[in-house]
Amino acid sequence: MSTLLAVVIGCLYASGIYMMLRHSLFKLILGLVLLSHGANLLIFTVGGLTRGRPPVVPDGATAPAVPYADPLPQALILTAIVIGFAVLAFSLALFHRAYQTFGSDDPDDLKVSDQ
Amino acid sequence: MNNILLVLPLLIPLASAAVSLLAWRRIALQRALAVVGVAALLAAGVTLLAVVRRDGIIATQEGGWPAPYGITLVADLFSAIMVMLTGVVGLAVLLFSLASMDRGREAFGYYPLFHALLLGVCGAFLTGDLFNLYVWFEVMLMASFVLLVLGGERPQLHGGIKYVTLNLVSSAVFLAAVGILYGLTGTLNMADLARKLGGIEETSTVTAVGMLFLVAFGIKAAVFPLFFWLPASYHTPPGAVSALFAGLLTKVGVYSLIRVYTLMFVGDMAFTHLLILILSGLTMVTGVLGAIAQDEFRRVLSFLHIGQIGYMTMGLALVGLTDSPSLAILALAGSIFYIAHHIAAMTNLFLMSSVVRRLCGTFELKRQGGLYQSRPFLAVLFLIPALSLSGMPPLSGFFAKLPLVQAGLGAGRYAIVATALAVGLLTLYSVANIWAEAFWKPLPQDATADVGPQRLAAGETTPLLLLPVVALAAMTVAIGLGAEPVFSLATEAAEQLLHREGYIQAVLGGPA
Repeated sequence: MSTLLAVVIGCLYASGIYMMLRHSLFKLILGLVLLSHGANLLIFTVGGLTRGRPPVVPDGATAPAVPYADPLPQALILTAIVIGFAVLAFSLALFHRAYQTFGSDDPDDLKVSDQ
Repeated sequence: MNNILLVLPLLIPLASAAVSLLAWRRIALQRALAVVGVAALLAAGVTLLAVVRRDGIIATQEGGWPAPYGITLVADLFSAIMVMLTGVVGLAVLLFSLASMDRGREAFGYYPLFHALLLGVCGAFLTGDLFNLYVWFEVMLMASFVLLVLGGERPQLHGGIKYVTLNLVSSAVFLAAVGILYGLTGTLNMADLARKLGGIEETSTVTAVGMLFLVAFGIKAAVFPLFFWLPASYHTPPGAVSALFAGLLTKVGVYSLIRVYTLMFVGDMAFTHLLILILSGLTMVTGVLGAIAQDEFRRVLSFLHIGQIGYMTMGLALVGLTDSPSLAILALAGSIFYIAHHIAAMTNLFLMSSVVRRLCGTFELKRQGGLYQSRPFLAVLFLIPALSLSGMPPLSGFFAKLPLVQAGLGAGRYAIVATALAVGLLTLYSVANIWAEAFWKPLPQDATADVGPQRLAAGETTPLLLLPVVALAAMTVAIGLGAEPVFSLATEAAEQLLHREGYIQAVLGGPA
């Protein structure tokens, strides 16, 4: 299972970077999305793919019974998804504004500040 | 009491941002609130520094859970110094903003964003947890994204796209590195990580993760070869914003590098710190050569800024490349001193570029001139941070480079010492070039079409505009003349950083 996920993560990173290198602001955004998804899935995978009990402490015990699924990676991913969502919304607005202002989707056409 | 001190640098900007948002339409109130809020932040930073210096490292676990499960906030001397400097830069740039920011930007949330940026920066300095560091980075980045493009001018949008893209890539790398580290150790508390990483057999895996952090923080710190977003964006927003960015943002990257490479990734220093040393040298050289090739005021400063980052990482690199503890302390103290000196000088230079722009109507050095004749005071004032940047005694830059050079000689790394000295000389050439173009040469005739000498004489500077410039110049002189107490503070901070057990014990408790 983790081998499969490793391949998926690799594909996400590769296609993300490929998209970012295209001559298009829209594809640049898609690339960023794929990159952040790859990072999220990576946290999920390295956090351990154990099919375990919920991490709830039973009555009378002081620790959850092993094996239990680690909830922390999921909490991290949730936080990262929320942040990623906000950043993505901002980037979309910025890139749309740039598209309106410059009338082009190609980053190479935006030569104004950086000769 | 200590808990409150650690939380205040976060609460004050957060509350200021929230109240400013509520007072959206009342700009005068926002301006007044900004002064109170940032002054309070500076006061909190100074108090924090005083208490940490007296009592040693202080830490607190928010949320009622013991370490390493609670939300750790920790301040050692290095953090406290950085928080205090954040307050200094914040206040200086805020006063400058009050005098220079246009009504349009003020009406669209300049002040709430200003507070949010300070919040993110202070959070990054005070957190004791790697994932929270990521979150604070995002808080800081989000505020900086909006500040950078606020106003929506064409150059801003163009610079903004590059800035946003590269910083998001850096965040993705950072997040991946955090995830892998959690998989390796099962913890993200920095003190806990420091303890557990030492016990991992496969040092190569740990080093690989360390390299991911080097890339992530290297992009933020604008280290060679990851600095391209900086000269593409720093010259596009209003002067106050670029001064704020120059003062604080890259320093957060440098801070994070120093933190993780003194606390956590110390297993294979012969490799990691040598790599940082090479990158430092290349950063210095490319930065200063880039500066010489430019002829737009703020672009010159952007490249000089990059060159200076190399000095800060040089101290960190030398720590891992010497066997003598006293040399390591000297090198790291040099880095910390350099950060303090650089924040004062660089913020000031960016503010000055904005003053010059007001007087000459352009940032293009070729079309500027005549300021020595019309504004001799300003011309002399500019020389203070400019000469300090190139390391001229008795200004702060000299005493910042001195320990780095001494440590480099002591460690037998003569190549980096030669590079550092040569780059200092080239920096002098570059700032002298700015001075000759903007101040010394007469105002070019063809430039008088839109701005004439009469405008120079009319006086476009207000006392409020010059107050932060004078104050930061005074700080540069003070750090230079009073180098001894500042340096002993930096030395104490470096000793704390290198005494890892002290940090671990302060956060996790337990026997010393």
